[in-house]
Amino acid sequence: MNSNTPKKKHNKYWEKNLKIMTALLFLWFFFSLGCGVLWVEYLNQFHLPGTGFKLGFWFAQQGSIISFVLIVFIYAILMNKVDQTNLKK
Amino acid sequence: MSILTWTYLFVGLSFSLYLFIAWRVRVKDTQGFYVAGRDVPAYANGMATAADWMSAASFISMAGLISTMGYAGSVYLMGWTGGFVLLALCLAPYLRKFGHFTVPEFIGDRYESNPARLIAILCAVFISFTYVAGQMRGVGVVFSRFLNVDISTGVMIGMAIVFIYATLGGMKGITWTQVAQYWVLISAFLIPTIAISIQLTGNAIPFIGMGSTLLESDVSGQFVFLLNALDSTLREFGWHSYTEAFQGKWSQFNVFATALTLMVGTAGLPHVIVRFYTVKNVQAARWSAFWALLFISILYLSAPSLASFSRYYMIHTLNGVSSENLPAWFHSWEKTGLILWLDDGDGLVRYSGDSTNEIFRSGKLSTKEVETIKAQHALWLTENSGSGMNGRQIMIDKRLNGPDRDIIMLAAPEMAGLSNWIIAFVAAGGLAAALSTASGLLLVISSSIANDLYFRTLNPKASEKNQLLVGRIAIAFAVCVAGYFGLNPPGFVGQVVAFAFGLASASFFPAILLGIFNKRVGTIPAISGLLVGIGTTAYYIINCVFFEGSRWTLGFVENGITPEAFGFIGMLLNFTVTLVLTPFFPAPSKNMQATIESVRQPE
Repeated sequence: MNSNTPKKKHNKYWEKNLKIMTALLFLWFFFSLGCGVLWVEYLNQFHLPGTGFKLGFWFAQQGSIISFVLIVFIYAILMNKVDQTNLKK
Repeated sequence: MSILTWTYLFVGLSFSLYLFIAWRVRVKDTQGFYVAGRDVPAYANGMATAADWMSAASFISMAGLISTMGYAGSVYLMGWTGGFVLLALCLAPYLRKFGHFTVPEFIGDRYESNPARLIAILCAVFISFTYVAGQMRGVGVVFSRFLNVDISTGVMIGMAIVFIYATLGGMKGITWTQVAQYWVLISAFLIPTIAISIQLTGNAIPFIGMGSTLLESDVSGQFVFLLNALDSTLREFGWHSYTEAFQGKWSQFNVFATALTLMVGTAGLPHVIVRFYTVKNVQAARWSAFWALLFISILYLSAPSLASFSRYYMIHTLNGVSSENLPAWFHSWEKTGLILWLDDGDGLVRYSGDSTNEIFRSGKLSTKEVETIKAQHALWLTENSGSGMNGRQIMIDKRLNGPDRDIIMLAAPEMAGLSNWIIAFVAAGGLAAALSTASGLLLVISSSIANDLYFRTLNPKASEKNQLLVGRIAIAFAVCVAGYFGLNPPGFVGQVVAFAFGLASASFFPAILLGIFNKRVGTIPAISGLLVGIGTTAYYIINCVFFEGSRWTLGFVENGITPEAFGFIGMLLNFTVTLVLTPFFPAPSKNMQATIESVRQPE
């Protein structure tokens, strides 16, 4: 009985962990290999407003890197929060 | 003061700083030696990881590579940064919870098998040696170009410095010197990039400048965007456009697979993974991945800007110029053979992407060979092809078209018209980049040998003192081997780098990922996956690069898969083999399953 409760809580923790991870990995793929490689020719018709960057080219050389930094930042905040709330319980 | 005096001053000062730090934080136990006592703050660990990661190649060659490749250069930008997302999300926090010292240790313990440990040790040592040889060479090249010493003397000095601070301070010493090295290398990269950005676009932030209009208006009085001007100039001179995707061998599949291989390979490189063992706890591991990527992104956002600025600048300052009007940087780098001019007889430079090109590099030719070609060419020009030889044709046959790509970074300060001391500072930056990466790699080699091979496999009863001694001896040994390869570089160092990433993505990444996220995977499926992944990747790269074997098309890849892109296939094979075999073989022991379960708890 005693071992049942922590197990359930931990499963929830792990599930949450996997959810956050999958969502962020999707963004990782979308902004780099997606916008920068798979759809680059389509996106190159457009320009990043007010600049000389073709949109697909911009994603490949700058946008992807900026999104990586943001993704890892969001991950650190979210997961550390999830850790804390689960530890308090 | 002359450039030479400034360079001695900066190099001397930065080296004394590194040695001073190493002496201040010297260590006495294995914890400190391998994982810096696990008390490095997240931001400092991030900075050290960034310096560890940014090698001589990132600092000196990457901007030049992108400059010649245009869009396709993005594979390096995305690949060498995107790997940190995988590392941060899928590996680092969990590996920190397992709490080992090294990557082979994780693989050996998780799959409860010494053969698996041995395979991992071999991979880690091979990958690290491949890498470190390039760094030692980089140290030699910087010394010879900036300080006029022999490449060999340069390599020796580099060896001595790395040896002292790595054996004295272990991981702790290396971490804190890397923090200092980060600042040296990032400022050395940014100062010329910002200066050239201001000069061309008037914008002090390089990655915004890249998307801005040029300061000078074109012939019709309009202010055009730098990238548009670059695209049309390149087409006018016979190259492909800079921003257009998928040209030549870089088909969509190859760009995709190479970028993915580099990402996965980055996440699987032992000297990067090991950094996340040095922080206090999981929370700090997550933050330090963020800091690392942030610090790295500063260089990786500036490099493509520098690449486009200097490509534009170079074409415009060289074309149509007579020998008296050649820019000063051309003369100073002509001496090193990075760039040379063989005229077609009209007395004006033409740097282009077609058969009219007159700009070359000397590559691996000796000074004597270059002199002979130049003399024959001069003869050929004056005698009107009666005698002598067409030097341009010889260079084209040797595939030495265009300047050496390293010139983009090395000559950037001069192109931007900066003063002597900045040029010297770039030399110190290049050395910082090479030394920081070399020391991180040497520690991986040493810990693989001393901790994994000696302590965990051969002599589990070894005392702390004994282990530390073996660790220090292993570093000394590794420095000598690395120095040997730096002095006598195998001619194929460039291609072998494809090997390092291919192997890392086909071996470590799948093995670690499955080890964490799949409780069911046991010993035999994991070893089979490792062997199939490594075996196929090694076979394909060796066959393509050394025996000119034909490239696989798999029925849909135009022109075949490039060797750099193959690690992706190796990784898929490793995953498939392991997962298909898993149901037929026993699961890991109860004990191991409990350990994996404990990693899934908040800490």
